[in-house]
Amino acid sequence: MSPQPAMVEVRAVHKSFGPLDVLKGVDLRVAAGEVTVVIGPSGSGKSTLLRTLNHLEKVDSGTVAVDGTLIGYRRSGDRLYELREREILRQRTRIGFVFQDFHLFPHLTVVENLTEAPVSALGRSRKAATATALALLDRVGLADKADAYPRQLSGGQQQRVAIARALALEPKLLLFDEPTSALDPELVGEVLDVIKDLARRGTTMIVVTHEIGFAREVADTVVFMADGRIVEQGPPGQLLDAPREARTRAFLAKVL
Amino acid sequence: MPSGTLRTPAVPSSAPPPADGPPTGAAPPRVVARRPLGQWAAAAVVLVLLGLVLRSVAGNDAFRWDLVAAYFLTTPVLNGLLLTLGLTAAVLVLGFALGTLLATMRLAANPVLRGVSAGYIWLFRSVPILVQLLFWFNIGALYPTLLGVRTVHLLAPPVIAVLGLTLHEAAYAAEVVRAGILSVDRGQTEAAQSLGLGRWRRLRRIVLPQAMRSIVPPAGNMLIGTLKGTSVVSMIAVNDLLYSVQLIYHRTYQVIPMLMVATVWYVIITSLLSVGQHYVERRYARGTAGAR
Ligand SMILES: Nc1ncnc2c1ncn2[C@@H]1O[C@H](COP(=O)(O)OP(=O)(O)OP(=O)(O)O)[C@@H](O)[C@H]1O
Ligand SMILES: [Mg+2]
Repeated sequence: MSPQPAMVEVRAVHKSFGPLDVLKGVDLRVAAGEVTVVIGPSGSGKSTLLRTLNHLEKVDSGTVAVDGTLIGYRRSGDRLYELREREILRQRTRIGFVFQDFHLFPHLTVVENLTEAPVSALGRSRKAATATALALLDRVGLADKADAYPRQLSGGQQQRVAIARALALEPKLLLFDEPTSALDPELVGEVLDVIKDLARRGTTMIVVTHEIGFAREVADTVVFMADGRIVEQGPPGQLLDAPREARTRAFLAKVL
Repeated sequence: MPSGTLRTPAVPSSAPPPADGPPTGAAPPRVVARRPLGQWAAAAVVLVLLGLVLRSVAGNDAFRWDLVAAYFLTTPVLNGLLLTLGLTAAVLVLGFALGTLLATMRLAANPVLRGVSAGYIWLFRSVPILVQLLFWFNIGALYPTLLGVRTVHLLAPPVIAVLGLTLHEAAYAAEVVRAGILSVDRGQTEAAQSLGLGRWRRLRRIVLPQAMRSIVPPAGNMLIGTLKGTSVVSMIAVNDLLYSVQLIYHRTYQVIPMLMVATVWYVIITSLLSVGQHYVERRYARGTAGAR
């Protein structure tokens, strides 16, 4: 185990959609400053797990803590009470989320996409937020696109804007749900490069992806999920090259 | 399909005839469009009928176009027009404000909020607007005093006109706004939530501006409908455009010319609104493909 304090502590999380059990008791620990890559077959619950981490999805039982704080709930004795929306929203500002389909705000310019949350959720001045936004755009290589509308950008550029938008709140934790799956193959690299750069800066990240090469290069830990459970986890060298579980081997044989 | 849209293939005359085509000699065959003689015959009949109607309108002295012109810009008519415009604007703004509230209630998780909103929409869409207005006009029979004031003083006819039309408009506006909100991808709300934007902020800054693209066209239709619909308030003696020309023709017995005064004004305003709608639609297309 890492000596670092845990940034994410998931304990015995269960979640079902009606009769369908999607998470069947998930435990996960992510140390601060580390990159965790989650892989697994479609429908195994990867997105659902990620969405419980910022309470976009409620859990049925179990706990999710980020940086020592329970997410979405308040514990009182042996009960968990769901927090009020205001408090949940405040927690979410500390957790960045990058979606597969970007979900940029199409009616706002790129720079407005980046300043909206700092201004309204953190109460920053528009001037300060714009300065931060321009610096972030420069970092993802899109300084010249500040006044463009999202639809005028390529998919890769849109996803880099979406990453910058998440960074604008200076989150402690970044969550990526298949950030390159909606992209044309030739645009995947530019987005992965931005994520690699964040990894080098010591940002704590959980990345759901099918890019095994990226996992090998960047991950501190690779987690293999199947059928609502974490089947196996370990450093990429071990999990990807010498998996212990038959299901991991079978999955890797298919995707590699 | 009119044959005019049939495209003649641009075959350069030097092109060789297709290998599998029939023997053609030197030049490739030219395409001759079919002539839709039946449609032209129908168009001619329509034109003749239209001419007859126009001639009878222009030639019928009972229209008294001289009177139409004389009254068109008189103070009572203009005051009536002003009231109609003010009433339309007030009803549109208040109706959509209440309608947006009803739409968000209808989309809420709470079943009571949803039920109340659905019930409201059902009731106010079911009862004819004239019946609703007459009901509010006579509400004093149910509640002789309201808030310690005599109801007839509190609810003067213009107040009833705004109230009655707004309550009716809101039921329709709610459905238009609801459809607009539903047209916005759920991912937009999730992205806003994950950025910590509050419920109200999400609605106002993220969802509604995008919903406007689907709200504006039906809202434009509603606005035009509301403008004309305000004429029902003449039934409760509110001095709108229609009522003011009625006052004149009750005096002069020149019914048709005075109705033409109102008609021409309604047509002018409606046409202006249609043009305005075009520009509003362009504004809310911002950020979409092809728009700047
Ligand atoms: N809101 C929902 N309502 C009902 N079922 C859902 C919902 N969200 C997810 N599911 C189901 O839960 C299961 C797990 O979904 P999830 O999106 O977490 O899988 P995933 O591992 O991310 O898959 P993929 O690789 O295809 O993205 C799937 O069977 C899915 O159909
Ligand atoms: Mg998924």
